[in-house]
Amino acid sequence: MAYVETRNLQKYFGDVRAVDGVDLAVAEGELIVLLGPSGCGKTTLMRMIAGLEQPTAGEIYIAGERVDEDIPPRARGIAMVFQSYALYPHKTAYDNIAFPLEALRRARSFIRDAVQKAAGMFGIGHLLGRRPRQLSGGERQRVALARAVVRSPRVFLFDEPLSNLDAKLRAVARFELKQFQRQLGTTTIYVTHDQVEAMGLGDRIAVMDRGKVRQVGSPQEVYENPADTFVATFLGSPPMNLVEWSGDTILGFRPENFLPKAVFATDDGVVSFRLRVREVEHLGASRLVYGMLEERVRTDQPVIADLPVTIRTPIAEGEVYDFAVARRALRHFDARTGLGQYDGAT
Amino acid sequence: MALRNEAPAQVATVAVFRHRTLADREDLLGRLMLAPAMAYVLLLVGAPLVLALLLSFSAATAGSLSFSWVGLRNFATIVSDPQFHSALSNTVLFTVVSQALVVILATAGAFVLDAAFVGRRLVRFLILLPWAAPVSLAAMAWTWIFDSTFSVINWTLKVAGVLHGWFYWFGDPTLAKIAIIAVHVWRTFPFATVIVLAGRASIPRDISEAAVIDGAGFWRKLFQVEMPLLLPIVTVAVLFGVVFTSTDLGIVYLLTRGGPYNSTHVLASLAFQRGILGADLGQGAAIALFLLPVLIVVAAAMLRLARRTEVGT
Amino acid sequence: MTARRALRIVRRAILYVAATAFTVFAVMPFYWMILTAFKTNQDLYVGATDLSHVPWIFNQRPTLEHVKLLLAHTPYLTWVENTVFIGALVVLLTLIAAVPAGYSLARLTGRWGERLGIGIFLTYLIPPTLLFIPFARVIAMLGLQNSVWALVLVYPTFTIPFCTWLMMGFFRSVPRDIEDQAMIDGYSRAAVIRKIVLPLAISGILTVVIFAFTLVMQDFVYALTFISSVGKMTVSLGVPVALVRGDVFYWGSLMAACLITSIPIAVVYNLFIDRFIAGLTAGALKG
Ligand SMILES: Nc1ncnc2c1ncn2[C@@H]1O[C@H](COP(=O)(O)OP(=O)(O)OP(=O)(O)O)[C@@H](O)[C@H]1O
Ligand SMILES: [Mg+2]
Repeated sequence: MAYVETRNLQKYFGDVRAVDGVDLAVAEGELIVLLGPSGCGKTTLMRMIAGLEQPTAGEIYIAGERVDEDIPPRARGIAMVFQSYALYPHKTAYDNIAFPLEALRRARSFIRDAVQKAAGMFGIGHLLGRRPRQLSGGERQRVALARAVVRSPRVFLFDEPLSNLDAKLRAVARFELKQFQRQLGTTTIYVTHDQVEAMGLGDRIAVMDRGKVRQVGSPQEVYENPADTFVATFLGSPPMNLVEWSGDTILGFRPENFLPKAVFATDDGVVSFRLRVREVEHLGASRLVYGMLEERVRTDQPVIADLPVTIRTPIAEGEVYDFAVARRALRHFDARTGLGQYDGAT
Repeated sequence: MALRNEAPAQVATVAVFRHRTLADREDLLGRLMLAPAMAYVLLLVGAPLVLALLLSFSAATAGSLSFSWVGLRNFATIVSDPQFHSALSNTVLFTVVSQALVVILATAGAFVLDAAFVGRRLVRFLILLPWAAPVSLAAMAWTWIFDSTFSVINWTLKVAGVLHGWFYWFGDPTLAKIAIIAVHVWRTFPFATVIVLAGRASIPRDISEAAVIDGAGFWRKLFQVEMPLLLPIVTVAVLFGVVFTSTDLGIVYLLTRGGPYNSTHVLASLAFQRGILGADLGQGAAIALFLLPVLIVVAAAMLRLARRTEVGT
Repeated sequence: MTARRALRIVRRAILYVAATAFTVFAVMPFYWMILTAFKTNQDLYVGATDLSHVPWIFNQRPTLEHVKLLLAHTPYLTWVENTVFIGALVVLLTLIAAVPAGYSLARLTGRWGERLGIGIFLTYLIPPTLLFIPFARVIAMLGLQNSVWALVLVYPTFTIPFCTWLMMGFFRSVPRDIEDQAMIDGYSRAAVIRKIVLPLAISGILTVVIFAFTLVMQDFVYALTFISSVGKMTVSLGVPVALVRGDVFYWGSLMAACLITSIPIAVVYNLFIDRFIAGLTAGALKG
């Protein structure tokens, strides 16, 4: 049974369809990541779940109860961490963290204990007397997280909480975030447009585009069996190669599966292509080979191959080589709808 | 975890007032909070404005509460009244001349205050004094400065050898007008200067610097780079200046009372004289209403400016 | 090189000359107030035709006579009292109306509120000159002629629109995220306003208090129209029209009154002018 659920949820801002019919079911204790390009409606979807935005149409349920009509944000039992952290600038870290508990009219001693415990959890016990202005970006983020956990919410909503941190800190913070989410077992919806973050964090990922959810699945599922060409190209860096094949099919294969033919032991279960190499990039751990297919059906289609250092085949710019993909690594998409075709073919 | 175990208690606490109350209803709350201000503005600005229109078509007096409709008679009376003509043209004259001077002074003043020099903050404070001081008190200082017997200006001009006769500032229509304009300029230029200064501060430095690197000379930089960028903000300053000057009663009233020989009346002072002192509210209202077109034009200009910058940003 | 240096020096010189000229023009009447307020009558009332008597300086020792006269034998202090009384009430009314309205327009009424906000701001442009005549009628109907209550009623007509606009700007500058966060942290919109927004807007509210008060001090027209007895006048009305004996002004005391009243206001005003201008130009330049 889903713990947080939306049914045909819509939000229009005038003509802009920010969220355009989203059905999402999040299981209890799960961490689901909403992933999508900028402007696809992730924040809007989350704000509707929080109650900060009134849906144009559709329904929202939390723990089986319909909340979108009459339950204000304060009573939804959620906690949210904004990208900006939204700390109260005139309150100390302590008062920031205590603020949600004051709303519940808890005893002073109870609040003190809870704040200490939450602060301890994030290692910011020594910073409680400071105001947000006197904290670094990473410290602010921790205060925001402590404030989110302190009142034991039913659901966490995170809107790109790591995007204001530098790359190194972000990796650490990501790990910690996952740790404490596991520990608490609180249902979590996490918004990001960073796919590495999404892959690393999510129990499941919901890929969004233009107000719609394109695919929901485990990181591996979404990566390996993209539901359509959008998901195929949005995930992965460099993205999946898409090649027009026969009239109504598009062929997809990941650059890391696109290797010189010589690497494959046999011709069995292998599809080969002739590749004219235009450029080779050495990235240390791998080589990126940019080129054009030289094929009967559709020539001059740009593709990328991602070769690990273990493959030492010399490749020169301007030359033509035989490349191949294992048949099981090939994906087929409908040329008109872009939808993946997975009926037995794989 | 321990934290999590407390959740049910928390939900129970919230459950008492879980549903939307007035304090959550943003639409209702919004209207409720706006209501007092709206009511005040509608009742005490909107209604009087309509009343002003009605009065101008009536023979109302301050003394009695009667209200008799006389159609356009008040307008017919004032339109054929030479004193009204002179008040109208004085209003235009004072406004146009003083605001033209203010634009020049304010632009120059903003240049000065924008430059770095010792004592800049003090200079800024001092330049702002005329705008901050209550207008009627400042007008009294000027009345004393222009005093017919003790005028310090006359003394200075005489010592400098410029003045050979004697200036009876408020005894001569031309001098009186010059004095009034001078006070208007003195009073509004600080305000305009600060507005233009704020505008200059918002011009990105790199545009100005790019112009210097491009080799634009001072004048070219001024007219081709800074002026166009400053134009909206200068316009704002002028629009406010026009409103303040064209509707001002205090300065004319305290300096000259409209004299000598009623030669310096403006619409505001004439309306006061006829409407309040003369107790003919109808005629007073009709005179004051001639300011309305000016205000409508100013308001329209403001709105246009607001819309243009909205599109621009 | 030297030509360039010379040019720089000339520019500097022009700058200082201009700054001095502006300052002298702006300050001259205040300087004149100071001289007049503290000069002895003998030093003061020498006709300007006497070129040997320099009026720009103290030729005799400064005196406090005029100030003493002002404080002890004129109704000046009564006027100050009236002004403070009226000002305080007007500030109160203004806050009660303008603070909630400013917030409502900033956050609760959407695009429709933006238009309304501009509309309210434009009413600030409707001058006393257009309204004092109908007000004379309204005040007469309410029986408030020659009463300070007439001014308490009328002054908010310009303080409320202006201060609503200023408050709207201040409330908009509070990050929306913070308010959303507080709503999620368990507070209703009303509680968020009380616990988060007002504390953050406190400096804006202070600005509004200052400006409402100074706008009241600036008024001359309404006071002139509604108040006729000397004991009920405000400073801005009493000083120019009632500090006379018969036909003769007490210039010394009069200028002392101008000085004592103007300087504190000017100082406070100066401290807040930047916010005032920001509010005003934001009003005109951005919807
Ligand atoms: N209050 C609003 N008024 C009008 N349009 C809005 C509003 N909020 C969002 N939109 C529009 O709705 C669309 C979705 O916005 P949203 O903020 O949900 O995107 P997002 O996926 O969170 O993007 P990002 O990754 O950049 O944060 C965008 O086109 C945005 O311009
Ligand atoms: Mg977003």
